[in-house]
Amino acid sequence: MKSQNEGGVMANHSSRDDVIQKFKAVKKRQRIEKIGYFIASFGLVLLVWEVGRATHVINPKLFPSFAAVCKAFVQFLKDGTLLTHMYASFVRVLIGFSLGIIAAVILGFLIGWFRVVRLIVDPLVSFFRALPPIALIPLMIIFFGIGETSKIIVLTYASFFPALVVIYQALIGLEPIYGRAAQTLGANNWEMFHKIILPQLYPHIITACRVSLGVCWATLVAAELIAAQKGIGAMMVDAQNFFQMAPLVLGVLLIGAISLVMDSIVRAIERRATAWQEKRS
Amino acid sequence: MEQGILIEDIGVTYHTASGTLEALKDVNLKIEPGEFISIVGPSGCGKTTLLNVLAGFLKSNTGQACLDGRPIKGPGPERGVVFQQYAIFPWLTVVENVGFGLKLSANKTAHDRIDEIVDHFIGLVGLQDFKKSYPKELSGGMKQRVAIARAYVVNPQVLLMDEPFGALDAQTRQFMQESLLDILEEEKKTVVFITHGVEEATFLSTRVVIMASKPGRIREVIPIDIPYPRKASVKTAPEFVKIRAEIDKVVREEFQKQRQ
Repeated sequence: MKSQNEGGVMANHSSRDDVIQKFKAVKKRQRIEKIGYFIASFGLVLLVWEVGRATHVINPKLFPSFAAVCKAFVQFLKDGTLLTHMYASFVRVLIGFSLGIIAAVILGFLIGWFRVVRLIVDPLVSFFRALPPIALIPLMIIFFGIGETSKIIVLTYASFFPALVVIYQALIGLEPIYGRAAQTLGANNWEMFHKIILPQLYPHIITACRVSLGVCWATLVAAELIAAQKGIGAMMVDAQNFFQMAPLVLGVLLIGAISLVMDSIVRAIERRATAWQEKRS
Repeated sequence: MEQGILIEDIGVTYHTASGTLEALKDVNLKIEPGEFISIVGPSGCGKTTLLNVLAGFLKSNTGQACLDGRPIKGPGPERGVVFQQYAIFPWLTVVENVGFGLKLSANKTAHDRIDEIVDHFIGLVGLQDFKKSYPKELSGGMKQRVAIARAYVVNPQVLLMDEPFGALDAQTRQFMQESLLDILEEEKKTVVFITHGVEEATFLSTRVVIMASKPGRIREVIPIDIPYPRKASVKTAPEFVKIRAEIDKVVREEFQKQRQ
């Protein structure tokens, strides 16, 4: 049996390699273009910022120059306060996010597996996912004080529900035919779980992480704005209290930048994990 | 000792909102080892239901099906299934798909020869240049060849094929039919093959089972006395045309009945 017979799929290797080469070249050009536009769009913001200050459309007393923000950045970096704040924020997010995701994966499986759990949990999920995590902060502060516990509980909550919804939807949407195929080859329950269900779920778990991380980060800053000694939110509150505009704007830019970096990391992981999927485009 | 498949008094009833439906009633058939049985008939005659009973996906309400004297109670590696929708695992490469069955604890005996066996069957279906490809990079015909190789590696006695070439274009289907006969020539199996195509059934089979609907049952079993190996050219031979017309006539009758 020769595969050439079928639609000339493998007519010859050299032309196939040529096509791959061309495809790679186009991809590379697209990537360079994308980086160019990325820089251009932020450049535009910077231009509006500086021109706005120069022409007094933006009040220069209330809004610092970009140079001043950079100076604050360097100064905070040097005296170590910036790293202390960022470290505090990262640790909170990492703990809250991890606890939330682990709980979501476990409960997601229970919901997918047991009808009873699904029936009981379903209405609760609908209620709680509509409840913004920030709404819990005052309650948690009264219950657990303004220490780390209350923040971590809020962050766990923040990452838990979006992840749960993604994982649960993925589980009930699994194609039964792959399980059937595996059964006919002799797969037992454990093999069904880790060779058939997990690989199909893996991309969805990463999507869940991406969504949760975003929500978690947004919630963290809100929590730190209300009550914290350390963290990027706390740094901004300090700056606000002393009317230091440069560190305040620096805080805003940092939050955005860190969020962007985290999202691109998870997206890179997502791309690798879903390389096998047929992309709809 | 291989005794083949024995289907005795199988009946399957579905309860639906609009009443009960007898998908299968009093189905009896004995399939000898090494036979190629095709099942044809109008949609809703219970072809796929019968295959699902043989695969072990579905329990019959009455009667039983046995393989080598043992009743079929669930899916198992002695009965390989090839699905119309291919059902090869999209997250695994061709090699990983074909080797999947051998890495399961149910097929431990071959653990030290996995690479050798996988290579053999990938060669047999002609995919040696696509070992590292993912299913999304393959054409429909190639996917179905992966599925056939995957079913073959665990050395099942029986291959159950549910309209395996139904989604392929006419040229590829013709090619796949010949390929399947070539593969069977090398590695003999008992095959139960569901199809809509009378020509396909006639070309491949030792016997063609024609089913009728309401209730789903066997209407007629027609032997195809054309010697193997068969090539595509046999389709224009007088004896082939004659048997094909005979089967066509019965299938058409059943189709008409169903429409009334």
